[in-house]
Amino acid sequence: MSWETVIGLEVHTELATKSKIFCACTTAFGGSPNTHVCPVCSGMPGTLPRLNRQVVEFAIRTGLALDCDITRYGKFDRKNYVYPDLPKAYQVSQLYAPICQNGHLDIDAGGVPKTIAIREIHMEEDAGKLIHDPLTGSTLVDYNRCGVPLLEIVSQPDFRSAAEVLAYLEKLRETLLFLEVSDCKMQEGSLRADVNLSVRRTGETALGTRTEMKNLNSFRAIGRAIAYEAARQIDVLEEGGVITQETRRWDDDKGVSYSMRSKENAQDYRYFPEPDLLPLRVDDDWVERERAALPELAHQKRARYIADYGLSEKDAATLTGHKRVSDLFEALADKTAAPREAANLVTGELMRLLNRTGTLPEDLSADSGTLARLITLVLDGKINRNAYKEAVEAVFTEDADPDEYISAHGLLMLSDDGAVAEAVAAVVADNPKSVADYRAGKQQALGFLMGQAMRRLGGKGNPAAVSQALKERLN
Amino acid sequence: MQIDGALIAYLEDLSRLSLSDAEKTRLAGDLTAIVGYMAKLDELDTAGVPERSHPFDHTNAFRADVVGDSFDRALILRNAPDAGDEAFRVPKTVE
Repeated sequence: MSWETVIGLEVHTELATKSKIFCACTTAFGGSPNTHVCPVCSGMPGTLPRLNRQVVEFAIRTGLALDCDITRYGKFDRKNYVYPDLPKAYQVSQLYAPICQNGHLDIDAGGVPKTIAIREIHMEEDAGKLIHDPLTGSTLVDYNRCGVPLLEIVSQPDFRSAAEVLAYLEKLRETLLFLEVSDCKMQEGSLRADVNLSVRRTGETALGTRTEMKNLNSFRAIGRAIAYEAARQIDVLEEGGVITQETRRWDDDKGVSYSMRSKENAQDYRYFPEPDLLPLRVDDDWVERERAALPELAHQKRARYIADYGLSEKDAATLTGHKRVSDLFEALADKTAAPREAANLVTGELMRLLNRTGTLPEDLSADSGTLARLITLVLDGKINRNAYKEAVEAVFTEDADPDEYISAHGLLMLSDDGAVAEAVAAVVADNPKSVADYRAGKQQALGFLMGQAMRRLGGKGNPAAVSQALKERLN
Repeated sequence: MQIDGALIAYLEDLSRLSLSDAEKTRLAGDLTAIVGYMAKLDELDTAGVPERSHPFDHTNAFRADVVGDSFDRALILRNAPDAGDEAFRVPKTVE
């Protein structure tokens, strides 16, 4: 008897606003504990939240990009639970009227297209961080992250495999990055996924009892956790057991998940409307303004690169792997009017340098003006391909000035000064036999003479200029 | 509505509170009175009154996305029953 795995995802993404959702504290990652904290986000009695308008704009944009209906009359609700990562003992979230509903995302899992339905997207506040203090055995709390705006993007249980889940997450991440609503850094927790998973016998239509897995910090961990949990549930059921609906924590080091007993009884959230925030009214004008502000998304860019620049699907995919990369490519294509050359530089030399130096695409900071200058130099025959590669690397690793670097390292090709004419004259004088052969019609003799001239110029001769000077002298 | 011992125990669990028997008895009385006071509203005829989430008609009270000063950490931590130099301190929660 075979089994089918059914998965739904809850993706949390921290929004790239400057300030928190309900107060003016910074959202910057990694400050000293409790230095990005004020009476509002630390839940002091008597304070009142005030909604950051940018959060709503980012939410609407995300909803539009995922083909959602935008809720016109929305509000916030309190989700009550007592846990020290939330100083108010409730999280301000949206249960009854989430800002976006009924969307979808088209994915391609290993060549198989599929549409994943998105049930809703709601706005909420992030919680603080708990740190175990081994000295005293107590728990320390850092509220810097508390109140950072989150979108929770909730899918329908439409996934049947880890591959589909990962294809969806890749596409969603790419969409959020190109919308510039989140930096999606999983290592900093700005993109997190909870996996709701159940299994059922193939052919059954009713859903099995699901578990929810948390603490999934990388795409790799998500893939492994899904495989583990599906196998665990099938084992339990095949041995005649029952699945307990519970929250499980994934331990990526040990490769196992375990039940989070501490939260077992805390599932009664007693939601009620948040009285401290006024309702939210989104009119047609606002939705249309956000629609007009939607940038070109990665899949749209890919189609354009292929159609307009004649790039391969593979190169187009590499160029849209991150917003920083496509931004750089487009700036280079624009400045040099040589999109193919710009694409070759980014997909070839720059990707190699990113890999070699272990630089993440989001940290790519190469200056487009500098690199464009190098492309122009190589296309104009001022430097050869080897010098071009060398200079690109110097610009990437040392932020070198291209013209200074080329002149300091003697990389400029010789084309129109006396050196080319002098070398050609010397080669013609030194090789009378080859000159005679060429004049008698032996084309390969020209190649030999060319090689000799280039050698005299120390490899810095512009091949076109040398070839022309040679032909002029011989004919 | 009668607030009984079972409900008090449930609320105690949800709120992570540990109450003495005397406190439980007093709380049951208080909560019964509070819920009874609110139940007075059930006597109103609300047929035909549209449901709403907020008593005011205003909407969209926003702030601009501008960073302001956070609070002095020492001042914020002073409000907590227990704190270290940099962080609030609570009973062991992390496993």
